[in-house]
Amino acid sequence: MNSKLEDIKKIKVTNPLKLDCGKTINNFPLAYETYGKLSKSKDNAILVFHALTGDQFISETNPITNKEGWWTTAVGPGKALDTDKYFVICANVIGGCMGSLGPKDINPETKQPYGLDFPVITIRDMVRAQESLLDHLGIKKLLCATGGSMGGMQLLQFCSTFPDKAFSAIPIACSSSHSAQNIALNELARQAIMADPVWDKGKYVLKNVQPKNGLAVARMVGHISYLSEKGMQEKFGRKLQEKADYEFSFNADFQVESYLRHQGYAFVERFDANSVLYITRAMDYFDLSKQFKGGLVEAFKGQKTKFLIISFSSDWLYTTKENKDIVIALNASGADVSYSEIITDKGHDSFLLDVPDFLKTLKSFIDSMYEKFKNEKRI
Amino acid sequence: MKNLKMKKEFKVIADLLPNNTRVLDVGCGDGSLMDLLHKKKNIEVRGLELDQSNVQQCIHKGLPVIQGNAETELHQFPNQSFDYVILSQTLQAFYNPEKVLRELLRIGKSVIISIPNFGYWKVRTKLLFFGEMPVTKTLPNTWYNTPNLHMCTIKDLFNFCDEKNINIKKVIGVNEDQTSLIKKNNLEIKNLFSKLGIFLIG
Repeated sequence: MNSKLEDIKKIKVTNPLKLDCGKTINNFPLAYETYGKLSKSKDNAILVFHALTGDQFISETNPITNKEGWWTTAVGPGKALDTDKYFVICANVIGGCMGSLGPKDINPETKQPYGLDFPVITIRDMVRAQESLLDHLGIKKLLCATGGSMGGMQLLQFCSTFPDKAFSAIPIACSSSHSAQNIALNELARQAIMADPVWDKGKYVLKNVQPKNGLAVARMVGHISYLSEKGMQEKFGRKLQEKADYEFSFNADFQVESYLRHQGYAFVERFDANSVLYITRAMDYFDLSKQFKGGLVEAFKGQKTKFLIISFSSDWLYTTKENKDIVIALNASGADVSYSEIITDKGHDSFLLDVPDFLKTLKSFIDSMYEKFKNEKRI
Repeated sequence: MKNLKMKKEFKVIADLLPNNTRVLDVGCGDGSLMDLLHKKKNIEVRGLELDQSNVQQCIHKGLPVIQGNAETELHQFPNQSFDYVILSQTLQAFYNPEKVLRELLRIGKSVIISIPNFGYWKVRTKLLFFGEMPVTKTLPNTWYNTPNLHMCTIKDLFNFCDEKNINIKKVIGVNEDQTSLIKKNNLEIKNLFSKLGIFLIG
């Protein structure tokens, strides 16, 4: 896996980045991928921010896992983020494990993998690290920036920190501050990892092992929260997994158990346990209004970016209410904002799935923004 | 609810609005009026709309729209944040029209409201001679499936504004392609011959 990681696109960020925790990182790698072609006038660039367990491989085949990119429903030729028309960019977040600086990389001071010596990072740190990539690609202003879940949180931060960098923005199924419920679920995931003896205070990286059981449980928690009660009932119900009756054991009798086990242990193959700790922490610390004395309205003051907020009716992780609070703040700050609640049973996962109303809305907005952006550039 | 043949209504509303203003269209439908105002008068438009397919059509046209219910979600707009707020043929469909009206007056410096006129002579004769709830081009629904909970006449709304100390700036009656100014002295007759009433208040 590591030999392949050498081959993916990376930039070295040479400007020192002072993190919110006070520490500074410099000369660090930022891995990314692009799809489609950048136009001569550089007016067709779309930046995608990925979610907790995502990476930069949003479309086609992920060269590391050999699986489909995580957003192939929305990104590709003729799709909502049409790669025949647009230049789509996605970078791996710092703290991640797909080529950008993360806890499994070598600490230059100790010549050993960081483990828990890796600095605690924030959503703002992630976003500021990614801005360097736009400079590298020579993009002054993005046609659009988008992202779901933690990707949406990064996007809100991005628009607030760099108000002139995006002509339009589509935060999807996200929140401007992590709720108690979301912090609790993240804590459950972290505790599962830390309770695995293999984890060994994060030092497993030195032994080239992975706290598989803890990490798998952490992923199972996530998967439950990404579905809706109704969606889960319809998909699994009380159906048994390839058996006629109960086994009277603790094996995976039910399909839902089998599904969770499969998702949990598949995740272990592609993700680093310490990265889950660091990234979930960044999400929990996220509170955009805390950065501004006047609250959320202040965070969006003077925004020229045109927003479209999208929520999903059955999402209980990042609820319609939380998304609407962002709309209200944007409205109060006088920003240009649209909002749509997509009716679906597919829960938080909806933004990754084939939900036609969602994908149609996404496409309509991006296409109409492209016409406006071209006109504005002409003037 | 919005009748395609009543496009005249949009022209009248557009004429009431100065160029380069900021306008909120409450219940903006597929965005036809917003599109007209934006293109013809360079008005900065925003819409509020309940129906998802209408919202999609607005987004497709590049018009900013918020999906939501005017009855319960107008609180999100700050005080006096728009020059004009438009409510086209929807007032009668709210549970609490007075509350909605107060909200519109809070958000907009001025408010434009249009109502299908229940005092129009054809409506009156249907009820009088046939003894049935009127079904007309402007009021196409039957009693059991109409969204209109609080039908009123131009005279009713006129008197309502008077009673509630709401300043009436202008009232226009619309009948097919004809429009006319409505004042206190011609209210009775215009209330009989207008299909639609358009009020500029605030």
